Amino acid sequence: MSSADLTSERDLPPEREASAKGDLAPERDGPRDTGLDDASLHRWLARTWRTPPGVIGALSSVDHKVIARRYLITAFVFLCLGGLNAVAMRIQLSGPQRGLIGPDLYNQLFTMHGVTMMFLFAVPIVQATGIYLVPLMVGTRNIAFPRLNAFSYWVYVSGGLFAWVSFALSMAPDVGWFAYVPLSGPEYGPGKRADVWAQMITYTEVSSLAVAVATIVTVLKQRAPGMSLDKIPLYVWALLVTSFVVVFAMPAVMITSTFLILDRLVGTHIFNPAEGGDALLFQHLFWFFGHPEVYIIFLPATGMVSAIIPAFARRPAFGHLGLVLSLIAVGFLSFGLWVHHMFATGLPKLGASFFTASSMMIAIPNGVQIFCWLATLWDGRPVIRTPLLFVFGFFFIFIIGGLTGVMLASVPLDLQVHDTYFVVAHFHYVLIGGSVFPLLGAAYFWFPKITGRMMSERLGRWHFWLAVIGFNAAFFPMHIVGLWGMPRRVYTYPAELGWGNINLFITAGAVLFFLSFVLFAFNLVHGALRGAPAGDNPWDAGTLEWATSSPPPSYNFARIPVVTNVEPLWAERDALPVATGLRVDARELLISTVAEAHPDIREKSATPSIWPLLAAIAVGATFLYSIFTPWAIVWGAAPIALTLIGWFWPKGDPEDEE
Amino acid sequence: MNQRPAADLSGLPTFGHGPRSPTWWGTLGFMALEGTGFALAAGAYLYLATLWPNWRLSAPEPNHWPGTIVTLLLIASLVPNHILNGYAKECAIGPVRIGMVVMSLLGLAPLIVRWFEFPALNIYWDTNAYGSMLWVLLGLHTTHLITDVGDTIVLTVLMFTHHGYSGRRFGDVGDNVFYWDFVVLTWIPIYLLIYWVPRLG
Ligand code: HEM
Ligand SMILES: [Cu+2]
Repeated sequence: MSSADLTSERDLPPEREASAKGDLAPERDGPRDTGLDDASLHRWLARTWRTPPGVIGALSSVDHKVIARRYLITAFVFLCLGGLNAVAMRIQLSGPQRGLIGPDLYNQLFTMHGVTMMFLFAVPIVQATGIYLVPLMVGTRNIAFPRLNAFSYWVYVSGGLFAWVSFALSMAPDVGWFAYVPLSGPEYGPGKRADVWAQMITYTEVSSLAVAVATIVTVLKQRAPGMSLDKIPLYVWALLVTSFVVVFAMPAVMITSTFLILDRLVGTHIFNPAEGGDALLFQHLFWFFGHPEVYIIFLPATGMVSAIIPAFARRPAFGHLGLVLSLIAVGFLSFGLWVHHMFATGLPKLGASFFTASSMMIAIPNGVQIFCWLATLWDGRPVIRTPLLFVFGFFFIFIIGGLTGVMLASVPLDLQVHDTYFVVAHFHYVLIGGSVFPLLGAAYFWFPKITGRMMSERLGRWHFWLAVIGFNAAFFPMHIVGLWGMPRRVYTYPAELGWGNINLFITAGAVLFFLSFVLFAFNLVHGALRGAPAGDNPWDAGTLEWATSSPPPSYNFARIPVVTNVEPLWAERDALPVATGLRVDARELLISTVAEAHPDIREKSATPSIWPLLAAIAVGATFLYSIFTPWAIVWGAAPIALTLIGWFWPKGDPEDEE
Repeated sequence: MNQRPAADLSGLPTFGHGPRSPTWWGTLGFMALEGTGFALAAGAYLYLATLWPNWRLSAPEPNHWPGTIVTLLLIASLVPNHILNGYAKECAIGPVRIGMVVMSLLGLAPLIVRWFEFPALNIYWDTNAYGSMLWVLLGLHTTHLITDVGDTIVLTVLMFTHHGYSGRRFGDVGDNVFYWDFVVLTWIPIYLLIYWVPRLG
């Protein structure tokens, strides 16, 4: 591709016309990268893009990599906390009538476990991986709306703290992660526990939505020249589709939790059948979000698999277009199916069979993906390393989860095992198989890009086997106790039922599974401190994130790559084509056109700022206070407005700040 | 990795209007998610309405006049809004300043009428679910109105400082126009839902 292809016939830049009228400050120009040698180019860019020093500087960072790292670590901490909850529950259930944990604490434990895993671990960690990787993989210097991105992290971490501090104060929600009314309503849920659930949900989903919008715009508008739609890496496609699902699904849960807090706090009757409301409305709204939620977690994981398999099979993914279309199809279909969570609510029969059929339909695009992956492996020369092992683990576990899912989609069986451990077994197979295993593979795969060092392969294999064995030992027998009728969300069971031994076995498996994460944590720390230096592209993979050094510099790429192929690094073995002409003294990004990724605008990216943190504090304090009085919204409005003005108000030279 | 120059970006402009600019897409994204929220709230209202044979649950009819005045004001504001958009595209600071002042005033006017709209619903939020949903729908839209007017006023002030002389700021004005359209358009179905749908049956 020649430079003429990319920049010819562009219309006259508008600012020239406009400046003729004298209404625009004259465009200040600065040094460009064109004439610079590599060493001075790096010096310039490093100064322009650095995160300021000191504590305030660190808190002001808008570098997507810095924020993603924080996100990843925070989400991992929440995973461990949620895992500790699970282990505590399992110890209580390891034998009949154990007196370790009473019903009140047990209710908080499983609720906090579910809430933590779903809202504080699974969704944030896949989004955080995207925050780190998407800008690198599309070849840009920062995510779109970097300050919004920083804000979203602060909101997320404070929302998580809010939940866990309330847990420490024995004020944690105890109504299950989906908090059905009437249990969570004003009548049966006295105290502040359900309010904590409601406000924490609304609050953390704000951050999820902000990240989704930033991701969408990064992918649509900031792709490197030449990365037309057919050359977008599969992982980026997956994140794009996921972000769309977030945009259309998350508002549903925010509406649910907002209606709930209104019912509880100011006495509306939206879910109250006695005054014209309806409790089932809660379930409809919740599952309109809750079912796509599973795909919000699962789609990015398939994107990770689609990145890992080609790298280790040493060939481009088989059926690239088919994989993209499957991702899009799953995104669409994920919305139609929420009612299968409500079979036990006595909906009309015809509706139920329709939803059974469409629940099964989503198996088609998922099947296409699996066949494309197998074909890629079949046709390649697979090198089996830890990331690929975890992908195999994903295949195995996820397929079992899918099979029990097909079983649950049949209404009679669902009615039979509803609210038993069969369901608990099923969704852990799906969630952990479909998401945690790919994530672990991804962690080994991209760790060198994040830290510049390799994780230990030997420990990785130990980790893998421990995880697979522990996981199956813990969760497979749950199917059996479920079929025997052991109910979920009950803190104990009588000895006469004879469930003791198998539960002891389950608990041992759970502990083993938990220990595999301890080993993983050790491998992470050990790798970060002592791992072998990784170099730019340790796996010899083909996508753009491997074109820059490990870890990448603050500006990601010294010169913006020009893309000619889905696996640009495999297509351009001798020299990577790059674009020149960006300023080096200002944070210039290349904005490109949506479909073809033609270069279109040089736009400035936001500079570091403390205001997103202050805004998050103002919003967070308002939410916290609002579980006590509705007036919090009134009092909170002023500080929120002030911090937002501080955030958006330009400082210094008009063209320099945003 | 070795590099070879393949494209020259130095001639590109430093800002663009409408779909050329990332901010426009971000605004669109927020409209999509807020629009989903509106649609779900409206859906919840309709869901409850179909559940009860005598929706309105024997509450008195709302007085539709304040709401109608708000509607007329909002629709009328679209005209200057789009004139303003034209000037923003031309980066003409004088007319843009006037337009922003006009739009700030046209944002405040419906808010004043809105103040009287709540009592005109003739029911409180805690009377029954019908009342709750009316207050929710009206509240949701009012929140958008307030935030957008706040945003417009801040941007107006900004345009009167030296920061206004920048392509990026004219782009912001364009996005503000875009968002106001959204606030106006989402109001129409809510207006019909609150004042006219219960009269149908
Ligand atoms: C160490 C690994 C894990 C173990 C041992 C474990 C164990 C359990 C157990 C025993 C329950 C049922 C509690 C009851 O109903 O009495 C449960 C519920 C649940 N788990 Fe896990 N879990 C683990 C990891 C995960 C992960 C990674 C996720 C999500 C990504 C997850 C999501 C959930 C959810 C959503 C519930 C339902 C909570 C509720 O009923 O409100 N779990 N888990
Ligand atoms: Cu589902």
